[in-house]
Amino acid sequence: MTTPIIETRDLHKWYSGVHALKGVSLKVDSGEAVGLVGDNGAGKSTLINILSGLHHQDSGDILVEGKPADIRSPKDAMRLGIETIYQYNSMVPLMTISRNVFIGREPLKWSIGGIGILDERKMREESVKAIADVDLHLRSPDALVGELSGGQRQGVAIARAMHFKSKVMILDEPTNHLSVKETAKVIGFVKGLKAQGVTSIFISHNMHHVFACCNRIVAMALGKVVLDKPAADTSIEEVSALL
Amino acid sequence: MRRLVKLAMQKPELASAMLLLVLVVLFQIRSEGVFLSVNNVRGFLGLLPETALVAVGVTLLMISGEFDLSVGSVFALMPMTMAVLVVAGWPFWAAVAVGLMLCAVIGFLNGWLTIRFDIPSFITTLGMLFMARSLTVVISGGFPPRIKPGEVPSWIFVGFLDDGGLIRASVLWFIAIAIVISLLLSRTNFGNWVRATGGFLPAASAMGIPTGKVKIACFMICSVLAGFAGMIQSLRLNSFLPSIGEGMELQAVAAAVIGGTSLAGGVGSIIGGLIGAILIRVIDNGMVMSQIDSNWFKFAIGALTIFAVVGNAWLRRRGRAMKVETDK
Repeated sequence: MTTPIIETRDLHKWYSGVHALKGVSLKVDSGEAVGLVGDNGAGKSTLINILSGLHHQDSGDILVEGKPADIRSPKDAMRLGIETIYQYNSMVPLMTISRNVFIGREPLKWSIGGIGILDERKMREESVKAIADVDLHLRSPDALVGELSGGQRQGVAIARAMHFKSKVMILDEPTNHLSVKETAKVIGFVKGLKAQGVTSIFISHNMHHVFACCNRIVAMALGKVVLDKPAADTSIEEVSALL
Repeated sequence: MRRLVKLAMQKPELASAMLLLVLVVLFQIRSEGVFLSVNNVRGFLGLLPETALVAVGVTLLMISGEFDLSVGSVFALMPMTMAVLVVAGWPFWAAVAVGLMLCAVIGFLNGWLTIRFDIPSFITTLGMLFMARSLTVVISGGFPPRIKPGEVPSWIFVGFLDDGGLIRASVLWFIAIAIVISLLLSRTNFGNWVRATGGFLPAASAMGIPTGKVKIACFMICSVLAGFAGMIQSLRLNSFLPSIGEGMELQAVAAAVIGGTSLAGGVGSIIGGLIGAILIRVIDNGMVMSQIDSNWFKFAIGALTIFAVVGNAWLRRRGRAMKVETDK
């Protein structure tokens, strides 16, 4: 048996009196595309926020590649190779594509105490390459992210995660507010991840999107995992009935 | 070509720079050549670095998404602290260092209180405006300290560089500082964090940027620059008054906004803030030189601020609406 790339054991989380996670245990194997579904308030986002370092669990453990991991900040999560793409978009619209790709991880020509001069040429070249690698073609890395369509933005976010060689990519409602065509594009990106051996956790409340690109379905309701099956062994009807 | 026009339209400081040019020509004609005369330019260049340094700090802070109303009070507190210490027998440089450190502490408090208790910086720094002003009066003891001309090496900051007495050292200080801050914002990772923090806070913190620390650093830079500017003014006039810098906080915000900085954060440039500060000074001085009733000064600044914001928003919308394909 292989070691799961991410494992959670009996995670609990309270938000000011609300018991948002009630003992979530989950194993994600390397290379899987897991679809995490559930109604609003089911605890999906809470689980994701804990894995990506925005919040910390009140009890329970997280193991990354078999080793106990204490994820206290987004930087910790990124260091462990967990990259999250949020529904509200993890980009700054008023900044250029190349600057967005390297936010918080800028390549520097030289630095003193962590502050230094940006290597802008490297940022441009590598962001163009990273974007081309996810099969997205943009004319210039100097365009503002705010000028891109929703689907293109998600593409850039995925390109960013790929560039930094993340092992697990968490996509939190990446298809929200997107047109049909753009949604198809994002689902294409997620399928591309599987082909490149990146593990992904795809969160959505749209079953069709999840079934279109995931090989395993995990459903949550009221802070608990209520279903965990290979996508081939279940159906949209079965999952919907449980939520 | 279209791409260039689009770029230009999205650069709000460009419109301000053009307005500046028009006003200079206009005042020069109306004042019958007095406006650009040596004497007037000398006076103008004496005052400019002081307001512009404050504007630079406020612009940086506003890009990070925060706001500082206490700069006018810090502008007075720093030179007062320094002068009181010098009169008490401290060496000049030690007094300067303590004064600037006090500014840094005030900036840190502004930032820390704002972040730690999640309150609008408008409120934190409004409180600080009163507290710092009050401190200034208290430490002066009601009597402005007297420093004899030549007692401190003020020439390093305000001495004339040329025999004709046109350009003071303060102009060089100001240009050097403006270049450093401008490069800090545009060429370093810190600048990238400042823009990200002000531009879209949730994304910045999700990407692991220490947004609280970034903002506190901007608050501190802003306060130190305001104090430094106050010191230059006091040394230039060789008088240390507790009342200087009143109303300066809003002029600095006006300068930043006129230069294209957004109150919401994320948008703006140091050069824009500079152009805004120069515009305000040109209007102030030009009106006097053209013998326009100077009571209209505040009216003009107010109208210009509103006009600039409306105009910039319009230009940016038009600029963005100009379609250039992003797909290959």
